[in-house]
Amino acid sequence: MLSFFIILPLVALIILNLPFRALMNRIVFVFASMLALLQTAIASLAIAGIWDIRAIPVSPLLRFNIGVDNLSLLLLLCTGLVIFVTVLVSKSFIPQGETRFNFISMLIIALCGANGIALARDIFSLYVFIEVVSISSFILIAFNKDRDAFEGAFKYIILSAIATIFMLSGIGLLFLISGNMSFEAISVAMNTSRHALLILFAAGVFLCGLFIKGGLVPFHGWLADAYTAASAPVSVYLAGIATKTLGIYTLIRIAVSVFGFDMPISNVFLFIGILSIVVGAIATLTQTDFKRMLAYSSISQIGYIVLGLGCASPLGIAAAAFHFFNHAVFKSLLFVNSAAVEKQSGTRDMDKLGGLSQRMPVTGVTSVLACLSAAGVPPLAGFWSKLLIIIALWNTAHYNYAAIAVLASLLTLAYMLLFQRKVFFGRESGHLASVKEGGWELVVPAIILAAITVGVGVFFPFNLCRLIIR
Amino acid sequence: MQINHTLNSIILIALVASGLWTIMTRSLIRSAIGLALTSAVLTMLMFSFDSWLAGVFELSVCAGLISVVFISTISLTQPLTKAEVIKHMKDRLERFMYLPFLIIIVGVGLSLLKVNFNFQLPSPEIETDARKVLWNLRELDLLAQVVIIMTGIFGVLILFREMRRK
Repeated sequence: MLSFFIILPLVALIILNLPFRALMNRIVFVFASMLALLQTAIASLAIAGIWDIRAIPVSPLLRFNIGVDNLSLLLLLCTGLVIFVTVLVSKSFIPQGETRFNFISMLIIALCGANGIALARDIFSLYVFIEVVSISSFILIAFNKDRDAFEGAFKYIILSAIATIFMLSGIGLLFLISGNMSFEAISVAMNTSRHALLILFAAGVFLCGLFIKGGLVPFHGWLADAYTAASAPVSVYLAGIATKTLGIYTLIRIAVSVFGFDMPISNVFLFIGILSIVVGAIATLTQTDFKRMLAYSSISQIGYIVLGLGCASPLGIAAAAFHFFNHAVFKSLLFVNSAAVEKQSGTRDMDKLGGLSQRMPVTGVTSVLACLSAAGVPPLAGFWSKLLIIIALWNTAHYNYAAIAVLASLLTLAYMLLFQRKVFFGRESGHLASVKEGGWELVVPAIILAAITVGVGVFFPFNLCRLIIR
Repeated sequence: MQINHTLNSIILIALVASGLWTIMTRSLIRSAIGLALTSAVLTMLMFSFDSWLAGVFELSVCAGLISVVFISTISLTQPLTKAEVIKHMKDRLERFMYLPFLIIIVGVGLSLLKVNFNFQLPSPEIETDARKVLWNLRELDLLAQVVIIMTGIFGVLILFREMRRK
């Protein structure tokens, strides 16, 4: 059954490319939405029996070295949800016909790649699926084919190639030490091998690759340009799932299943995490383009995830995974809101906007919820995950890091309120008098994501047991 | 031993030369051919190090398939005018002129340092039967690589085919 998460998107892609192109162009939108929704439903239901079903008679062909645990389920859930939202948002921005068909085809490939990352239990397979998502992301960023899009895509592919070199070097050395590629074998070899220095070097270069892919400070040079240059639905996809899958999920997976949390690795996570939180938050304050502002805010929020991971305690890891989910939801929501504002007002310059909450009430309300969740205001989802991260830091005696994380959260609240005042509140600009709410394809995803943010927060104890502790 | 060392050094120099030619040549097609050549030379190095399975993959995938994708892409893009080509050539020469010197300096520097990588590493037990590797050990990678190739083809079609129509 697990193989179907990888096989189904591929089969879907092949079916879509059958010769009946006119028909496929018409159904591709519904087809991809259903596929993503199906994945979201299966991952969120997570009935144990589903995973053990054997697909006779094809099962011998699909017997891959894959596995699923709560962390994989979380990624499968986030991927399904964000791809679903991206497909909906694309309706407003990508013209119907062959262009939209190509766009959705790339999203299905990205879905397949992200599912492969979630299920891989072998470091080389993980790397190959990371490349699937990276290449599809590069093509999606360049999809608009204008100068900015190519510039953003070019920066992304160059830094991604450097990350690839680091990761491959690390994998090569780990293979040399362990003689096997599976997470388990490498983990055992790391604990028993006499080559501590070489292991540290291999782990270091591999982690550097992941930091670049995740856009963490000081490897964040590509992220803001890529997010800003990409079209609105691609920004939702990048912020919601691409960078998180490529960098952050892999970081959590590798730390938990392979490297473990020795003192040097844990300290590197703590340092990179806090650096990303502070630098990202400060950079956000100086932006006038709201997509760019949200991109820097992503760097800061990803820093919280890595900080939680750096605690090296079960609570810290659980908190990091929880914030991973919350960030995927509220950041996707903010990018859906920014897509709606960009579409309706024709600008992303915050200095030219203002008072839009009256003209776009749904976008206004949902963006307030997303901003408050990002800033960690109770009882929204973001509050609980940040609280857990800070408790985990406190429990592991990282008091300084905990204090900085709390102060940086205030900084987040400041820039999110500034964003709200400039875009949705304050004085309405004259040229915005005719602006109205976007179409259903922008309103529905915003409501769904806002409902998840509120629901997860309000029903936190139940969700904590069901999604994380179980 | 000495013959092997000399042979490997010659292959290494050929690898650097073909790599430099790939990035410095003015024609995109020649650059793609240079890329294939670099892969072919790298394959020789892999064979020389008894990594014949890796060599086979390097030759078939990198020298063969990837070069085909590159050449297909180039044939779908608009060629530059002669004046533009000369301008690019000048820019490129100015930008990369120092590269050969840098490589020589780094090479000489490293050889003077006489770094001793005397790691006593275990030799991994590697399956040498390509059929077993492909169909029994690395089947998930194989599937993922099929997806990568599909992504590349889609990418070429999405980014370049429509541009030519315009």
